[in-house]
Amino acid sequence: MTATTAIPAHRRRKRTPMTWLRGGGLWNLLFLLPMLIVFGVFSWGPIVESVVMSVQKTNFVTTSFVGIDNFVAVFNDPQLATAVTNTAWFALLALIFGYPLPLIVAVLMSEVRRRRGLFSALAYLPVVVPPVVAALLWKRFFDASPHGVFNTIIGWVGIPPQPWIQSASSAMPSIVLEATWAAAGGTIIIYLAALTSVAPELYDAAEVDGAGIWQKIWHVTLPQLRGVLLVTFILQIIGTAQVFLEPFLITGGGPVNSTLTILQLIYRYAFTNSIGGDYGKATALSIMLALVLAAFSFVYFRVTRAWSEN
Amino acid sequence: MKSPGKVAAFAVAALAGVGLLTGCSSGSSDANGKVAITVASLIPGSSPDAFKAFNQHIKDFEKANPDILVKPVEYQWTGPTFSAQLAAGTLPDVFNVPFTDSKSLANAGQLADITSNVKQLSYYDKFNKSLLQVAENDKGDIFGIPYGPYAYGLSYNRALFTKAGLDPNKPPTTWDEVRADAKTISDKLGIAGFMEFTSGNTGGWGLTEMTYARGGRMETTSGSKTTVTADNPQTVDALKFLQQMRWTDNSLGSNFLLDWSGMNQYFGSGQTAMFPSGSDVLTSLVQQDGVKASDYGLALIPTSGANSGVLSGGNVAVVSVGASAAEKAASVKWIDSYYMQKLLDKSAAVTDAKSLVANKQPVGVPQLPIFDKAQLDTSLGWIDSYINVPKSNVAPFQDGIFTQTIIPEPAKHTQELYGALDTVVQAVLTDKNADIPTLLKGVDTQIQALIDADAAKK
Repeated sequence: MTATTAIPAHRRRKRTPMTWLRGGGLWNLLFLLPMLIVFGVFSWGPIVESVVMSVQKTNFVTTSFVGIDNFVAVFNDPQLATAVTNTAWFALLALIFGYPLPLIVAVLMSEVRRRRGLFSALAYLPVVVPPVVAALLWKRFFDASPHGVFNTIIGWVGIPPQPWIQSASSAMPSIVLEATWAAAGGTIIIYLAALTSVAPELYDAAEVDGAGIWQKIWHVTLPQLRGVLLVTFILQIIGTAQVFLEPFLITGGGPVNSTLTILQLIYRYAFTNSIGGDYGKATALSIMLALVLAAFSFVYFRVTRAWSEN
Repeated sequence: MKSPGKVAAFAVAALAGVGLLTGCSSGSSDANGKVAITVASLIPGSSPDAFKAFNQHIKDFEKANPDILVKPVEYQWTGPTFSAQLAAGTLPDVFNVPFTDSKSLANAGQLADITSNVKQLSYYDKFNKSLLQVAENDKGDIFGIPYGPYAYGLSYNRALFTKAGLDPNKPPTTWDEVRADAKTISDKLGIAGFMEFTSGNTGGWGLTEMTYARGGRMETTSGSKTTVTADNPQTVDALKFLQQMRWTDNSLGSNFLLDWSGMNQYFGSGQTAMFPSGSDVLTSLVQQDGVKASDYGLALIPTSGANSGVLSGGNVAVVSVGASAAEKAASVKWIDSYYMQKLLDKSAAVTDAKSLVANKQPVGVPQLPIFDKAQLDTSLGWIDSYINVPKSNVAPFQDGIFTQTIIPEPAKHTQELYGALDTVVQAVLTDKNADIPTLLKGVDTQIQALIDADAAKK
């Protein structure tokens, strides 16, 4: 801990509402007000409303208090286990393929001397494509007939047509493929930016010590990037736990609920029944997911704090 | 400028500005003493010609009713989007819901009570009373006007039949023939010979039809007790039929995630030669998917066995619960003008048909009567010279449908039942070893729990 210069008690100005006012406090508040209003109305308002709705049964015309019934109903729903398992499966696959890939690409790109801008643009291009358009395009690519785009491509090397999203076993890996393609560009740019902050002297020193490329990556690059890696890891976990768009647009949760994720289950609770969804159950599951993610984030940062600081 | 007074003045001015903006954004239903209503127009993505025909109807209506302003809003009923719009309060003043939902929405107070407005209609007494019941709540108050009743039919692509060497004038009349024709088409053309809906709750809708066609039922009611009976021999038989077409014949193609719009696109792009759907689907196929009426054929769904019949449904034109008395009156006038008059008034029927023909829309799409068959025949007689859907193409359906038993959709938790059955249909089509009885028992348990929970609350 660094030493601080304490101000003697008798020299401290006493803060009163008047001094706050004269010091421009009202102006500060005024300029802060739009953001507070927007944040309150659009962020905290819905959060508080969700908490209230999770203990209610409502169709927005009649509302009644039901206590923890919604939470109990969610726990007893056999689809919850399916959704949790599928989401974990998606997260695991995304972690295995989606997490290291951008890092590898970024490190390789940082080694490129010429046309780095072109490679950066190519890597980032999928992020520029609107997610809905990308998902619907990939849905076409996944056409399971022998004339489908991917089946034609793999046919060139003698691989028979694959069912892609039309089979319960291959649907989720197919979605991970699309999600990785769509998201990698953003992470690559973050890693590229972080790599520029690694002091070149460290690589020079490593080279003098006889380190090869892999040793330089392992002993210099990765330790220097650990702060960014920690953040992208937690963002990836939170992002994959909340995956919705891809399974919703590409498979609708099918076949046979094999791509039903937690967020999609929330959506089903709220909107599948056209004569008034179960908004109570939907918000109950949303809150349960938020609590689990908050707890995970807390534990994660506690556990990794030492590594981050050292 | 740091004085608190100036700050306060600045804040007041800012708040006044916000107030002005808020005032601008809140709509007023009355403009120059006129009543303004928003009405559901066509499905998003419909052709410009179709919108032109719709807008012409609005012009004619506003001319006849100078105190009403009508604003069209693109609208398509789908289970998930409808409940989101309902929750958000973004539905137009006049919109439509399927027969399966109107009674529940009325009982839940989510639709406007238009009893007095409907009873003022000159033809109120002529309504088929059993049909009108779908728009009433349990007390008998009226919340909508039924229109466009349909029966399930077998849509088929006549051009693909010809290409595969089949006679398009002799569509299949038994399930065995459906299977044989599908295999021929699939083998010769490399496309799906036949396909069934699978997702967005439509898989359950289609499977219910296939069950009715074999004499089974998804729900049975005895007194006040409703029992879910998805695990019945006829549903098992229907699923085994699909299983054989998929895994023995390989005649169902390769896309097993098709909802209503997806299926229409699939059919419109020539990727399947046959699919069972509502008899009114041709309108959408033309407006959205570029299907030529001359290439389209409609046959009866094959039925066999005791208690077999054809699933029927339809739409109810309803009014938003927030509508004022004046808006309700204007809305019912619009429903009367747009949905009803073409069935009741010769000049209205001719004007409507002329406009549709001028805008290249199909006229003569098969439908069931709202009043009685004689009235339907009379209204079709008025527009006979404008009918552009080749009568011979839909004759296999039209000639036989009135001798069929028409069966309404399951009454309780229909959409959830259909959603649960989606999964069963998907399982049969994507897993060779799907255990059909176990899957259906699961549906029975899941939906029965919902029905029993309702009963426990009463």
